[in-house]
Amino acid sequence: MNINFMRFRKIAITISLILFVGSIGSIFMKGLSLGLDFSGGTLVEIQYEDSVDLSEIRAVLSENGYEDFQVVNFGSSLDVLIKIADQPGNSSLGDQIFALLSSNNFEGELKRIEFVGPQIGSELRDQGGLGMLVALGMILLYVAFRFQYKFALGAVAALGHDVVIILGLFSIFAWDFDLSVLAALLAVIGYSLNDSIVVSDRIRENFRSERALGSEDLINLSLNQTLSRTVITSLTTLLVLFALFFFGGDAVRGFSLGLIIGVLIGTYSSLYIVTTILISLNLSQEDMAVPDVEGAEFDDMP
Amino acid sequence: MNKFPTWRYFVIIAVLMLGILYALPNLYPAQPAIQVAYTDSSKSADQSLLNTIREEIAKQDIKISEINLKNNNIVAQFSSVEDQLVAKTALQKALLDKVIVALKLEPTTPEWLASIGGRPLKLGLDLSGGVHFLLEVDVETALGDKVDGLLNSYRKKFRAENINYISSSISGEQVTFKFKSNEDYEKALDIFLTDTLTPTGFQFDLVEQSNISTLKVSYSDTAIKELRDYAVKQNLMTLRNRVNELGVSEPVVQRQGANRIVVELPGVQDTAAAKKIIGKTANLEFRLEAKSNASRLRKTEFEYKDERYGTAFLENDVIVTGDRVTNANTGFDESGFAQVNITLDMQGGRAMQRATNGNVGRRLGVLFVEQKSKSTLVIDEFGNEVIEQTSYIEKNIINLATVQAVLGTNFRITGVGSPQEASELALLLRAGALAAPMKFVEERTVGPSLGKENIELGMRSVMIGFLMVILFMGFYYRLFGLAANVALASNLVLITGIMSLLGATLTLPGIAGIVLTVGMAVDANVLIFSRIREELKGGKNPHQAIQDGFSRAFITIFDANVTTLIAALILYAIGTGPIKGFAVTLSIGIITSMFTAIMGTRAIVQLIYGSRNIKELRV
Repeated sequence: MNINFMRFRKIAITISLILFVGSIGSIFMKGLSLGLDFSGGTLVEIQYEDSVDLSEIRAVLSENGYEDFQVVNFGSSLDVLIKIADQPGNSSLGDQIFALLSSNNFEGELKRIEFVGPQIGSELRDQGGLGMLVALGMILLYVAFRFQYKFALGAVAALGHDVVIILGLFSIFAWDFDLSVLAALLAVIGYSLNDSIVVSDRIRENFRSERALGSEDLINLSLNQTLSRTVITSLTTLLVLFALFFFGGDAVRGFSLGLIIGVLIGTYSSLYIVTTILISLNLSQEDMAVPDVEGAEFDDMP
Repeated sequence: MNKFPTWRYFVIIAVLMLGILYALPNLYPAQPAIQVAYTDSSKSADQSLLNTIREEIAKQDIKISEINLKNNNIVAQFSSVEDQLVAKTALQKALLDKVIVALKLEPTTPEWLASIGGRPLKLGLDLSGGVHFLLEVDVETALGDKVDGLLNSYRKKFRAENINYISSSISGEQVTFKFKSNEDYEKALDIFLTDTLTPTGFQFDLVEQSNISTLKVSYSDTAIKELRDYAVKQNLMTLRNRVNELGVSEPVVQRQGANRIVVELPGVQDTAAAKKIIGKTANLEFRLEAKSNASRLRKTEFEYKDERYGTAFLENDVIVTGDRVTNANTGFDESGFAQVNITLDMQGGRAMQRATNGNVGRRLGVLFVEQKSKSTLVIDEFGNEVIEQTSYIEKNIINLATVQAVLGTNFRITGVGSPQEASELALLLRAGALAAPMKFVEERTVGPSLGKENIELGMRSVMIGFLMVILFMGFYYRLFGLAANVALASNLVLITGIMSLLGATLTLPGIAGIVLTVGMAVDANVLIFSRIREELKGGKNPHQAIQDGFSRAFITIFDANVTTLIAALILYAIGTGPIKGFAVTLSIGIITSMFTAIMGTRAIVQLIYGSRNIKELRV
């Protein structure tokens, strides 16, 4: 197989730029629809034996003085999810609502109550953002140490690209962004990097051995050599993620959705973003001047 | 021929055997059981209680499959959940409030496995059902009280020593005294430096301005840290005692960060009741003993907490309550007997002084006030016997001692018995009321049906994902795929074994982490196999290609996994509860998958091709 990946470089970068800018725009204009973990508030999930009229539940809640709430079906029409935003400090709200509905002919089985105080929500937000930055920073350092700074910049640019676009999609489609999606995002960082490293590793190797070719051709060669691996790994990972998405239940749906998008974008970014950065930074044979010692060290390993 | 040292086979087999061994306890299904303990936590369950339980359950015509005495509890196992529930109700009816009966699932790990540390995976609350509370201790209030107490005690001291000060004030954690003369300042400083009442860890700061000397005293950073720490620890202890009352089989009460406490109660559904008990305020009351000629209207008879002492009459007037106690600890009096030193805050000290003035020689009682709940058997509207919970307040005397002198903020109770009894009294005085107010900042309740559903869905997606990957690998790589699949299966066993051994908690995101590991673990094998293919294409002979394929792919696999591990570790650091579970399974999965995919697959490939003379290799 020999695909001239670099020929489509300009088109790919244009698409990436549009997606990237669009995502940033949406994140700033529309924001993320933060899940309970980050927004704080109270959530009650009740399961009924027969489907119930949501508007009647809403009416009961309004009549009893509740404001700023959402009542939706969750998973099936038998499951009702009630979310009440911003009730600072009142941790008994969930119990009260369940009791109120039970006494108003909405007796069901309580599946869960979650209460996150406003302070915890903002703390988790800060921690999450910080964690993401620390992860990117440490990975940048590791790649710079193991490879070379141009690869590190390429890998981190790819990660930033992936993370921003996933966040953008969650913002555009107003999917709930909670802790589990954040976990997915960090897993995507791990995964996308995995890809970038495999590609970078091969580029480095080819730059050292195939001295006759130009940079673009060398990168093309490397991408083609790693293509079957890239595709197969993405495929097996997607297989399990789809299993999780369809059979894992509502609780892991956001998580698996985040990862599915992440794996797709991550695969793409390792093909185009990393390589484009390398080309624009004029990666040359001199950058690979270090003799190939790593290989020798591990030769006897497995 | 390929070289593959024999010792590596042994390492692989040994690791795999250990993995299987420690994963094994998960195959023994847990049995429904009840756990019975005396309500009075000072009494531990004994043979007689065990016999009583046996008799009561025998009356119900159900069979106990096993009954044991385990760490002050009695655990009785049943073959079905129905029997378990019948037994619980029967015991509650028969013994009412004498015992706490909790439902639990008792692991049935065989003894030989348990003796080498084998145990089944712990399930997180999202899988077992239950409630998770996060409480925040208001340490600032506790700190403020301490500073108040300090200011007060020195005011008194200065007055006693005839030191004149113009003003005294508090700002933050700093106490400021202004003195008219340098002489007064020197004397005051002397007191601060030599007085045993001054807690260690003070900072002094002197400012002299137009003949006015200002002494600023503030707690040092370490002292403030200790005070905050003390408040949280105190509340932690109180919470532990309260949670024990709830009758939960495996509660978690843990400190989280500087000033938060996590309470996890598996299986508890009635969060409102749980909250009431956790958030309740036990209290203390100091009252004088009633004079024998006092009218019935002005005195009340109370029982001692220790039943041996019988009862005593106390006045109805409360001098101070427990929230005025800023500290209580044990010490020894001049003749070497145990005593309890009590420190009250400013207001408390004043009230105590007023009350004891002119009452030296009378006895002062300490009442322990507790909000308790009682179960009673009542007949409901349908004529069924049901157990009803009612709450009431109980007051018991924990100490009654003669007043030797007029008391103030600091006084001591002597004649409290052994040092151990003294420290118990000090603990009650401290822990009776919470050291600092607390509030609920997070709560997550998962119903039992959702927990069960989560386990089923999670396990199903692991199985489906695993099967799809196995089919794909077998189909695409044939014999090599088989090797990779064996490695993948061993990987699952190893993850389970290691997690069980470490006592890690399995959560729903944790299961998702396992699913993800299954998908990503084959990456190492895919890398190796593609490399072998290339080496073959490059004209190497099959053995050489296998050898080089494995070794050249290793560096790439290593780098790629280390970076994922970095992401997982950060996730562990920032995540809470279930998300931590994801980070744990992901990290363990990365490490075990490196082992199985590289070492394991290599060994299998070696077994298949090692000694053969391969003419053609299909990868």
